[in-house]
Amino acid sequence: MSQNELSDLAIEAKGLVKVFGKHRAVDGVDLQIKKGTVYGFLGPNGAGKTTTIRMLATLLNPDGGEACIFGHDTVKEAAEVRSRISLTGQYASIDEDLTGTENLVLMGRLMGYTRNQAKARAAELLHAFGLEDAAKRQVKKYSGGMRRRIDIAASIVVTPELLFLDEPTTGLDPRSRNQVWDIVRTLVGTGTTVLLTTQYLEEADQLADRIAVINEGKIIAEGTSGELKASVGTGTLTIRLADPADREKARGVVEQVLYGQVHDSADATVLTANVTNPSLAAEVLGELGREGIELSDFSLGQPSLDEVFLTLTGEPAKEQENKKEVQG
Amino acid sequence: MDAVNDDRQQVRDEHLREAVASSERPKPPNAFSSCMTFGSRSLLRIKHIPEQLFDVTVFPIIFLLMFTYLFGGAIAGSTAEYLQFLLPGILVMTVAQITMYTGLDINNDIRKGIFDRFRTLPVWLPSALVGSLLVDTVRYTGASAVMLGLGYILGFRADGGLLGVLGAVAIVLFFSFSISWVWTTLGIIMRSDKSLMMASFMVMFPLTFVSNVFVDPDTLPGWLQSFVDVNPISILVDAVRGLMHGHATADQIIWVFIVSGIFIVIFAPLTMYLYRNKK
Ligand SMILES: Nc1ncnc2c1ncn2[C@@H]1O[C@H](COP(=O)(O)OP(=O)(O)OP(=O)(O)O)[C@@H](O)[C@H]1O
Ligand SMILES: [Mg+2]
Repeated sequence: MSQNELSDLAIEAKGLVKVFGKHRAVDGVDLQIKKGTVYGFLGPNGAGKTTTIRMLATLLNPDGGEACIFGHDTVKEAAEVRSRISLTGQYASIDEDLTGTENLVLMGRLMGYTRNQAKARAAELLHAFGLEDAAKRQVKKYSGGMRRRIDIAASIVVTPELLFLDEPTTGLDPRSRNQVWDIVRTLVGTGTTVLLTTQYLEEADQLADRIAVINEGKIIAEGTSGELKASVGTGTLTIRLADPADREKARGVVEQVLYGQVHDSADATVLTANVTNPSLAAEVLGELGREGIELSDFSLGQPSLDEVFLTLTGEPAKEQENKKEVQG
Repeated sequence: MDAVNDDRQQVRDEHLREAVASSERPKPPNAFSSCMTFGSRSLLRIKHIPEQLFDVTVFPIIFLLMFTYLFGGAIAGSTAEYLQFLLPGILVMTVAQITMYTGLDINNDIRKGIFDRFRTLPVWLPSALVGSLLVDTVRYTGASAVMLGLGYILGFRADGGLLGVLGAVAIVLFFSFSISWVWTTLGIIMRSDKSLMMASFMVMFPLTFVSNVFVDPDTLPGWLQSFVDVNPISILVDAVRGLMHGHATADQIIWVFIVSGIFIVIFAPLTMYLYRNKK
């Protein structure tokens, strides 16, 4: 056994590069992901999340750099790597013409179970994933959430040491999304390492121990979700006025406290503003109360991926300056 | 009712935990067993999409009827006589055209994510292809049987006897297996099923029509004759005709094996290389 295998890293990548034509889809990605943790890739469409995962999962050879999975090189020791990982791709990676049971039995057989073992395992998983009613139905007749679950079930027919989940909840309703989150938490609870990609900060926040924000093939920020949010330092305060006539007065108060831009919304009773610090939000509310402005509702939201992302790439600053100039 | 369903649909945390914890990693399957598993997948697909069998049942029937009665009178003077000449050729043409669907299947698997999943499995990689090619061979056998059965009803008689016919079908199958690798190569390279079908037809149409399937090449102009003579389809048709009618020469049969061998030696490794290294 190599020394690497004894280290506590599930994934270690140095300077990963993938070039498609002239486009550097992944452009120097370094990663260190601890065993038994959930790691989140957060990034917009085309950021290079899927490409990075495909390199880590031995599906694509990097054009530069190298990656080790549990100490095994993804190119030179692909077979070693494959026996430890499992991949749930961004798009359904099961045979939609077969039934749920058939898909899982097929996977079980390919992992090396006997026919009977594979059948028993399929039944066990279908039950655990709440899919036994749909076991005999073709997967193409499943709902989006069921499809996602059967896809994940197919990935854990043999529990992998490392599971890749590429956008596991994109397009799911909140309940289905929660189910997928439950599955991920349970898997991690039994020691599996999970690398997932997402476009939602909330998801990364809920699930991931550490998050990498990836844009145009580069990691532009890395850390726990707390660290990331602190570095972004902004959330969104939304207030809903009881009386739309107070709108201008309220705007004045908010601008005064926050020294910032207040955004109108299509709804005449709603104002939103960025806050850098939650205590300022409390101050805004207090001040509005003293001015006698009645609110019907308010909320302090997390920064959206947009905001995190824009802050990290340095674009919002410019944008805000422009707006101020226009106003002044 | 809805509430009951709702409840049942929930992920069962307890069971999930057990299921995840209870799985042990079995020994990976050997090559034979994984080929069989992939083969069983193809069979299941036929079970769920029986329309797939159209190409091995309806096509042969239509082709045989159409060409026998369309050309029979004009080319050979009588349909009965023409059938004796045509059937071996049309059998080759039909089966050769059906082989194109092999590429379509692999192309579909790649465009959907399942190809990626197969490639991350700890199995002998070619088994995904070999398994489905084996099932395809069963399909080709079916197509041959349909065509021979109908031919017999229409009055086809093989002078080479049963043995000759079986030998003929066997080399058709071997040849089909070998050109399947051309389609798997194209299936991996092509970006869409449409462009794949286009490319396959562009290869297959000239090969099957500019051949000795329908007419004796002696009637053709010289330059066309030389193409027909080196056309792999013609080479196969010569051997199949020879076997069915009991006048095959060793040369004819050896040539089929040489041509098939060339296809396999070039395109099987190429397919596997592309399969492994697909972007
Ligand atoms: N096989 C390929 N050939 C050419 N370009 C590709 C290929 N695969 C990906 N790309 C390009 O590489 C870039 C990164 O793609 P990738 O799929 O990794 O992004 P992503 O972060 O997963 O995005 P999404 O959220 O849309 O899934 C994109 O610009 C994409 O067009
Ligand atoms: Mg993606």
